[in-house]
Amino acid sequence: MTFLTHFINGISLGSIYAIIALGYTMVYGIAKMLNFAHGDVIMIGCYAVFMSMSSLKLPATVSVAIAIAVCTVLGIVIEKVAYKPLRKASPLAVLITAIGVSYLLQNIALLVFGADSKSFQSIVAIPPLRLAGGELVIPSVTIVTVILCIVIVAALLTFIKKTKAGQAMLAVSEDKDAAQLMGVNVNGTISLTFAIGSGLAAVAGVLLCSAYPTLTPYTGSMPGIKAFTAAVFGGIGSIWGAFVGGILLGVIEIMGRAYISSQLSDAIVFAVLILVLLVRPTGIFGKPIHEKV
Amino acid sequence: MKKVISVLLTAAMAFSMLAGCGSEEKKDALYIGGIGPTTGGTAIYGTAVKNGAQLAVDEINAAGGISGYQIEYKFEDDQNDAEKAVNAYNTLKDWGMQILMGTVTTLPCVGVVDKTGADNMFQVTPSASSTDVIKGDNVFQICFTDPNQGTKSAQYIGENNLAKKVAIIYDSSDVYSSGIEEKFVEEAADQGLEIVSAEAFTADSKTDFSTQLKKAQDAGAELVFLPIYYQESSIILTQADAMGFDPIFFSCDGMDGILTMENFDTSLAEGVMLLTPFAADADDEATKKFVSTYKEKYGDTPNQFAADAYDAVYTIKAAIEQAAADGTEITPKTASSDICDALKAAMTKINVNGLTGGEDGLKWAETGEVNKEPKAVKIENGVYVGM
Repeated sequence: MTFLTHFINGISLGSIYAIIALGYTMVYGIAKMLNFAHGDVIMIGCYAVFMSMSSLKLPATVSVAIAIAVCTVLGIVIEKVAYKPLRKASPLAVLITAIGVSYLLQNIALLVFGADSKSFQSIVAIPPLRLAGGELVIPSVTIVTVILCIVIVAALLTFIKKTKAGQAMLAVSEDKDAAQLMGVNVNGTISLTFAIGSGLAAVAGVLLCSAYPTLTPYTGSMPGIKAFTAAVFGGIGSIWGAFVGGILLGVIEIMGRAYISSQLSDAIVFAVLILVLLVRPTGIFGKPIHEKV
Repeated sequence: MKKVISVLLTAAMAFSMLAGCGSEEKKDALYIGGIGPTTGGTAIYGTAVKNGAQLAVDEINAAGGISGYQIEYKFEDDQNDAEKAVNAYNTLKDWGMQILMGTVTTLPCVGVVDKTGADNMFQVTPSASSTDVIKGDNVFQICFTDPNQGTKSAQYIGENNLAKKVAIIYDSSDVYSSGIEEKFVEEAADQGLEIVSAEAFTADSKTDFSTQLKKAQDAGAELVFLPIYYQESSIILTQADAMGFDPIFFSCDGMDGILTMENFDTSLAEGVMLLTPFAADADDEATKKFVSTYKEKYGDTPNQFAADAYDAVYTIKAAIEQAAADGTEITPKTASSDICDALKAAMTKINVNGLTGGEDGLKWAETGEVNKEPKAVKIENGVYVGM
């Protein structure tokens, strides 16, 4: 029963990593850049929910909708202001810019909300599920997280397969210039990708803070890095990869903490990552890289 | 264009150098510097110290200063970073600092004490609680030391028979937390406490404690000892509640702040015990006045850090007055090294009746350690109640 509890905790943490990793992986797949500010968009989403719930006293569903709207707009604005002018610049310049945006968001949050941590009230106000005579307690937020994660992945896959905009994304990710020649609006598609990725960040943020209820301007940075690892683990650019990588990472982290050492859990996670990358350099679901000439 | 800029820059530099000289000559106040994190993850502590000390400085200045001299007080941010703290120290020295009140957190303080030791600069730290901080004879602490808290906690639990089976959750990446944990484990053996699980976390994984709690629960812990800060404690309390685990939670001064944490459901903290030198709802006159002035000025309930900083400034005042009584007059012109020699000797003689001292006030040993006794309080109906 204890094993099962740890396993469920792992799946729950992994689902959150997976949702964040989806944002990383989509942006990488289409814009070929690592959006290191993604973790901080999550944090902004958390503050949006926190402020609308505690200051404006809005119901949870409305607050989440506001957060998604705020993050979507923020994602588009970041892309337009910080990344679009650098579309032709070297990948390194874009990477540094992304780190800069990350710090900018953290410091703005510090300035506006202060450094003291806020306690986040879970938006899922359902009592936990008790199984096996109270032996196995599953918090309701865990159930919601896992279900939402699966729904989001399914929706994204359908979106990319069935819609015109989704096909455009696929085309841009294959070859930007060729897609443009074929009449695909590349800039619009990249904006859309950022919008979806950032909207997902808001959802991930709400779930993250509901499960682990503190909120500081640095809340997003560590989960962001872990989710980025998950995306690489699964094969960056692949939606399935982000999903599987996220879940695996969460389970390995919790299992390592439970059965090997609570102090070394991060070391274990990254050791596994190194092993996977040694065997499969492009991650579990990654496509082999073809050098373009 | 470049020429214009370079001329402007040169002019600015020359002017600033002159300005520097000017203040040197006109100096007619005692220069006390402070260092601590006012931005970053531990900003809550640095800000509290900055404000608490400012309050004391304002009071002293309004009442005529120290031996007739006004205090000039300047606080520099170190973002809880050792390198930035040393930079801040150098900045303050250029400004003309004679006495250092700081730094706030242990890690940067360890870096700064090397510098103050080499410069023979008198230093009082309000809240850096590691014993590493007071290795030099020029540094004095206002807070009690980490080992003291660990030992005291184990003694308290043992003597009051709170529990026999104890679990610990601590931050192995933090000297404060692991220092307390180490001493607690040592003393627990003498107190007949059985440590059924000791689980660590690090700065990089401090959001999820379900695993550590589950292990404590499975091991049958009656009491969980949390030598950590309140941010992490708030998650632990919430997660323990969600999983239906209800042991006694016992913590140290890092837990101070949990009740004022925005939006935290304080009913979860009911029954939590902690060691603290200062409770903002104590009903003595000095505390009441301090709390109300602080609230009025900064809109917040002061925590233990603010109180320690307030006491630190009054301690400096008492030491300067003691030095004067011993025949060494300290003036704005006295060199910092001479001040240090005089105050070092004075510190062991003074007795400060501060906010955070017990009934016999604060006294210091030559080592720089204060005689302060950690007091145990329990949270009942959302307030600290002495035990």
